[in-house]
Amino acid sequence: MNQYDAIVIGAGHNGLTNGAYLAKAGLRVAVLERNPYIGGATVSRELHKGWYYSNCSYVSSLLRPEITRDLELPRHGLQVVPFGGGATFMRNGDHFGTYADHDRHYREIARHSKRDANAYDRYAADTSLQTKLIRPYLMRMPPDPTSLKPRDLRDLMEFAQSFMSLGEEKLLDTIKFWTASVGDYLNEYFETDVIKAHMAGSGIIGTALGVYSPGTAYVLLHHYMGDVDGNVGAWGFARGGMGAIASALSKAFQSFGGDIICDANVDEIIVRNGRAVGVALKDGTEYRAPIVVSNLDPKRTFLDITNPRDLPASVVKKAQNFKIRGSSGKLNIALDGLPVFHGLDPRNRIMAGDLHFSDSLERQERAYDDWKAGTWSKDPYLDMMIPSLTDPTMAPPGKHMMSVFVQYAPPKVEGREWTDEDKDGFEKSVIDQISNYSPNFKDLILHCETRTPREIEAEVGLTEGNIFMGELTFDQLLFNRPFPGYAQYRSPIKGMYMCSSGTHPGGGVMAAPGANAAREILRDLKRPNTVPGGYADD
Amino acid sequence: MSSPTRDTMLLKTPFHSRVEAACALNDWGNWMGYTTPNAYFDVELEYFAIRSTTGVFDLSPMNKYQISGPDAETYLNRLVTRDITKIGINRVGYAIWCNDAGQVLDDGTIFRFSDNEFRLCSYQRADDWLAWNSLGFDVTVENVSTDIAGLAVQGPTSCTILTLLGCENLNQLKPFGMAHYEFEGRPLMVSRTGFTGDLGYEVWVPPESAEALWDQLFELGRDYLIKPFGSHALELARIEAGFLQANTDFMPAEEVVRVGRTRNPFELGLGWLVDFNKPLFNGRAALATVQEKGSKYRFVLLDVDGNKPAEHSFIMKNGKVVGTVTSAAWCPTAKANLAYAQLEMPHGVVGDKLIAEIYYQRELHWTQLYAPCKVIEAPIFKPARRWQTPAPPH
Repeated sequence: MNQYDAIVIGAGHNGLTNGAYLAKAGLRVAVLERNPYIGGATVSRELHKGWYYSNCSYVSSLLRPEITRDLELPRHGLQVVPFGGGATFMRNGDHFGTYADHDRHYREIARHSKRDANAYDRYAADTSLQTKLIRPYLMRMPPDPTSLKPRDLRDLMEFAQSFMSLGEEKLLDTIKFWTASVGDYLNEYFETDVIKAHMAGSGIIGTALGVYSPGTAYVLLHHYMGDVDGNVGAWGFARGGMGAIASALSKAFQSFGGDIICDANVDEIIVRNGRAVGVALKDGTEYRAPIVVSNLDPKRTFLDITNPRDLPASVVKKAQNFKIRGSSGKLNIALDGLPVFHGLDPRNRIMAGDLHFSDSLERQERAYDDWKAGTWSKDPYLDMMIPSLTDPTMAPPGKHMMSVFVQYAPPKVEGREWTDEDKDGFEKSVIDQISNYSPNFKDLILHCETRTPREIEAEVGLTEGNIFMGELTFDQLLFNRPFPGYAQYRSPIKGMYMCSSGTHPGGGVMAAPGANAAREILRDLKRPNTVPGGYADD
Repeated sequence: MSSPTRDTMLLKTPFHSRVEAACALNDWGNWMGYTTPNAYFDVELEYFAIRSTTGVFDLSPMNKYQISGPDAETYLNRLVTRDITKIGINRVGYAIWCNDAGQVLDDGTIFRFSDNEFRLCSYQRADDWLAWNSLGFDVTVENVSTDIAGLAVQGPTSCTILTLLGCENLNQLKPFGMAHYEFEGRPLMVSRTGFTGDLGYEVWVPPESAEALWDQLFELGRDYLIKPFGSHALELARIEAGFLQANTDFMPAEEVVRVGRTRNPFELGLGWLVDFNKPLFNGRAALATVQEKGSKYRFVLLDVDGNKPAEHSFIMKNGKVVGTVTSAAWCPTAKANLAYAQLEMPHGVVGDKLIAEIYYQRELHWTQLYAPCKVIEAPIFKPARRWQTPAPPH
């Protein structure tokens, strides 16, 4: 029988997490997946024999340790391995490197500017303070400021207290931080172009904004609030690629008796008398359950798989206006050997970190100008990694796998759909840029998977190819995510819930939305909670 | 030229020239009187080399004793608590040895080369105890510590790298097995042993081969992401894997000054190493009494809530102190907050819920935490590759 206690739509990491916690509470749960494979944007695939690509998401930091531990993901095969450092290569042949060791890092910044090297400590302390403010709220439902429910009032009070305890100056800093551009924020600390450009990258990754757009300072924070083994801001690779996360989550889910059903493309959530009662697939199959959880982005959830007639008009309108703009693409490249970059000893450990080529804020802003004009950046901002320098399972020995995140790429090219020629042009702009800094790069390419927003939307189901399932701007965060009044994982339809990155605390492979949503569902069902709380920060 | 007025305080192992060149942090420690790196470049990344690629650790300072002669087996069988006759040729066994009072002196590994030839590898120096025990046996005990250089080569790609080095069919070697090869005209012995809880080997060569071995390993291992690791990374790995450390988790009985600070094998969770089917071994009578009457302490593994390591914590039950933590760490692969504790009986049965009193300091501010913890049966980290034969390639 196709009858369950709960159905989760979408076997991405949040859907699997949500399903795992519901199943752990004793519910009979099915997770439905449109593709023949699970993972959504948390996936690794062998598209060139011997090489595994983390096709979409490519690094891990935000994945909540509370969930990893509680669901025993290591026992289910997950191993997250941190990498140290990174570099931005410069047009003048030099580079700026980042090092995990504080004093080595100081020396590298000082090579460019002594003052910046000293200011870095102030920057690090100020940024840490902001991450400490937000981290306690990751594993919690955001309180609704318009609600008079005791739980909301209590949480709001706590929220307000932690803000007020900062004191006037830091409070003003915080407000600025949540609203400023990453460019302006960094200008307050640093004088050197390449240093600012290196750090500004985290402020624009995944968002359709430029380094001088207000709100991008928060995006920087969003990339710094994760941790690997308590090292806040550190990033790592999932051994075997990001698919290892989905795989471990699916095993945890199945260990609680959950069912994963692939090739199950949901057409519509079935609503009877204002209640969700199940889903109908495009092939006509129906699955019944009193709880239906959507792990699709808010637009797809409310405009695609829900009949607008089952929704209040205001919600349809909010979904329509939800900002989820495609801004990035991805190249996954199989390499015959290790590329050499000018100015850097290939044995330097920072080669295993994040590599970039935009050496000034201005170049990053110009890259954004191209997006605004409706085309891909001719001089793009790249976040490039060589995971095979850390994880020997990604490519054959001596060979390498390269993951290149590319910003910017518009959802439509000059207002029309992407064509294959556009895709080739996009790919060329990226490969040319890398080749400008690496003489042997082009000759090493064995295979390249290129994904523009068109492919990301079509294959992964992220609207416009937006990796965060909605912009991470203040109007779409906390009690505004995805939209005011519906930020507590519940939808206007009884029994229908949301658990995607389009809900609090937002995008990235965090699994917190899936877990938080499960907690609320169990609360509504008056079942004991199975979802862990967050670790206290210190 | 060494200065005539300056004594060499710390010795150098046969790998020292290579170790020194690789030790970017110049963070040195003292292990058994040898200059030993605490860390080479980054403790965390060194630890992850063990878990994700291959890590190399210089274990030359280990105490090694060659035990040979017609009575070698009988001699060892009286020395240690387990049954040595069950260790086959070219096999290795983990063992502990006790004094007559049944209190643990040390733990170590015993390598069996032939019917009458063994090697004992111990953490503590054991010359005196081994010589004393040889009275009446036709056995020769020789300290060969400086005659053998050793590297622990540990991690998922370790088998592949050593195979490239010339260790043919190494993937067929079972855990605790030994295999003999030749390296540049001299003997090289590999045992599938280690202190990390991962797939891994220990490689033993004459000191003259040491530098060449290091060079070739790192050359051949480059594509398999080989890295050296120091004592700090090893400490993390061994806690995660559930291995005890003498002088940390228990006191070697012969060194103890204060009454009641020694422990018997049962009090260290090592009762499985005591074989009463043997007619006689050091401590047998005392241990038989202990087994009948019960021990005072129990050694347990604790899964501690939160992410603050319970280092040096008191363990409480109903507001009363019932034990202390000996080793603790946040384990990066298991993603668990693990602690080893010695508890007063009857506390500490598996599943017991206790409280760890944790203190930690941030920016000069001390915080006191009462973290709930639970007694668990076995370490959380137990990768399949550790026991798989044939060993996986990565």
